[in-house]
Amino acid sequence: MTEPRSVPRSDRSPWNWLLIIPIAVPLLTPLYNMDSPRLWGFPAFYWLQFAFILIGVTTTSIVYQMTHRRAVSPSPAASTSPSEAGDE
Amino acid sequence: MSDHIVEIVVFSVLFLLVSGMGFVAAKWRAPKDMAHLDEWGLGGRSFGGWITWFLVGGDLYTAYTFVAVPALIFGAGAAGFFAVPYTIIVYPIFFLILIRLWSVSHRHGFVTPADFVRTRFGSPTLALLVAITGIVATMPYIALQLVGIEAVLKTMGVTGDSALARHAPIIVAFAILAAYTYQSGLRAPALIAFVKDTLIYIVIIVAVLYLPYKLGGWGTIFDDASAKFAASPAPGDGITLNTNNQLQYITLALGSALALFLYPHSITGVLASKSRNTIKRNMSALPAYSFLLGLIALLGYMAISAGVKPLPGAKAGSVDSNTVVPLLFDQQFPSWFAGVAFAAIGIGALVPAAIMSIAAANLFTRNIYKEYFRRDATPAQEATVSKIASLVVKVGAVAFIIFLDPQFSIDLQLIGGIIILQTAPSVGLGLFTRWFHRGGLMAGWAAGMGLGMWMLYSIPNAATGRKHFGGSAFPLSDFGFDTPRTIYVGFIAVLVNLVVAVIATLILRALKTPDGIDGTRPDDFFADEGDPRLETARTTPDAVGSST
Repeated sequence: MTEPRSVPRSDRSPWNWLLIIPIAVPLLTPLYNMDSPRLWGFPAFYWLQFAFILIGVTTTSIVYQMTHRRAVSPSPAASTSPSEAGDE
Repeated sequence: MSDHIVEIVVFSVLFLLVSGMGFVAAKWRAPKDMAHLDEWGLGGRSFGGWITWFLVGGDLYTAYTFVAVPALIFGAGAAGFFAVPYTIIVYPIFFLILIRLWSVSHRHGFVTPADFVRTRFGSPTLALLVAITGIVATMPYIALQLVGIEAVLKTMGVTGDSALARHAPIIVAFAILAAYTYQSGLRAPALIAFVKDTLIYIVIIVAVLYLPYKLGGWGTIFDDASAKFAASPAPGDGITLNTNNQLQYITLALGSALALFLYPHSITGVLASKSRNTIKRNMSALPAYSFLLGLIALLGYMAISAGVKPLPGAKAGSVDSNTVVPLLFDQQFPSWFAGVAFAAIGIGALVPAAIMSIAAANLFTRNIYKEYFRRDATPAQEATVSKIASLVVKVGAVAFIIFLDPQFSIDLQLIGGIIILQTAPSVGLGLFTRWFHRGGLMAGWAAGMGLGMWMLYSIPNAATGRKHFGGSAFPLSDFGFDTPRTIYVGFIAVLVNLVVAVIATLILRALKTPDGIDGTRPDDFFADEGDPRLETARTTPDAVGSST
């Protein structure tokens, strides 16, 4: 399948593992399922989950910053053969 | 009705203004040739960061969400807040998975997730299953947008005695929507989304600053809610979770996030963006909407604190809890501002309804019409078929609401989330591995569907006295476990789907059953904007010209 002349690019990056955090943390209910301490009247259950949004923003921003440059480098070899020819 | 005249005027003016924008949208970023499915159905695959942000945000956070999530919080408390973790975990998932779908679709010119499945697994039949699943899951979702508008109309007192009079405003609204979607395609919701989201942000920011001040502070609001739940006989409610519904909360959040990225309308929004970087950047900016959604959810508690009583439902003795947020605005704000809030919800229904109908129409065109009726359809013919199909889909959605109990649409949407999850192994895992046999995926799909349906059918709802389709929380005791805990149906169904797919794949491989040919190459999954193979893969040069 893979031809030797095509330079396989990849979107693999160790930084992607960072995205486990915003996926896993909001699913760990024991971390935040309580009323106190309250913040501005918000029970912990609510303000902590709002805080998790910030964790999500931070981690995705970091991963984007660390990975987006690599994708720009063009691959000069991959310019032939219509790819849908192998269909069916 | 006269009490609400200011609200109705503000609502109508904003609604008509936005409708005008919908028609003008055809000329916005106009392509050389609109008669191409890439143009009508994907906006030329050219949307940059800002447009994508508004489009996907307007797409995922629907009017129904804005009405139903606070209604859930109003009724059950903390369990309804699952929408927040759900919309946190969805973006890393998009970031890791949908980005690959964008790349492979960019290179091959795929318009729908089923297009990808067809090429990846060499199986039009599997693609057909994915397409039908997508259409069936999307239809009731569109109908639910109408439920959102209807909650607003009801609060404004726009009701009639006969079924036709009651639904006349919705029919008019949807006729306008259908007309400009037909003309402008995906450009219409993309342009309208700017107005919709600006209105919603303004309304919610004002509401969350003003209402707590008026109701005695956030602490009082939560205490009032807590007191209400303590007094109610229902076992599962409260402002925090209890031991029995935590597993449900987690699996519902995760399952909903996985379902969301499989819904055809989310995929349409993502495929319309112009590059991988646009998508990745958006995944860090879209959680702004999750913040908004969290605040909207808390309107449910404010409604408790303000003593809102929901309007009566369609059946005698029932209440329509979807009216709590519109009523809260009606009672707490000057009528002109309530009118703006209602317009935000009404317009909020139009954006997702347009995108969903386009997504369903694209599925029909690409994976049913072109596959089975007209193999040699040109892109212009595809665009025409899709435009007509989008009309049919909208008429169908209106018919759902007029002729059937709205509860039926809500049930179907519940089912929709679970059935769309059954495409996860083909679409989601298919982006990473070709290990599965096409027959295995079909077997898994069938098993997941069957089990999911059975589980939903067996869930009663004590609050409404219904015996079947009472919710998505399945008691584990029904599987023979000695526990009162519940779990999200979709989660179990998709696990069974996976197990069956794995076993069937092993069997089919052992029997040397022919597998389809994989039409993709490993580097297809990393292709980016300006990819050199793009031009050879596309059917017409027009689309390429307009995407630069």
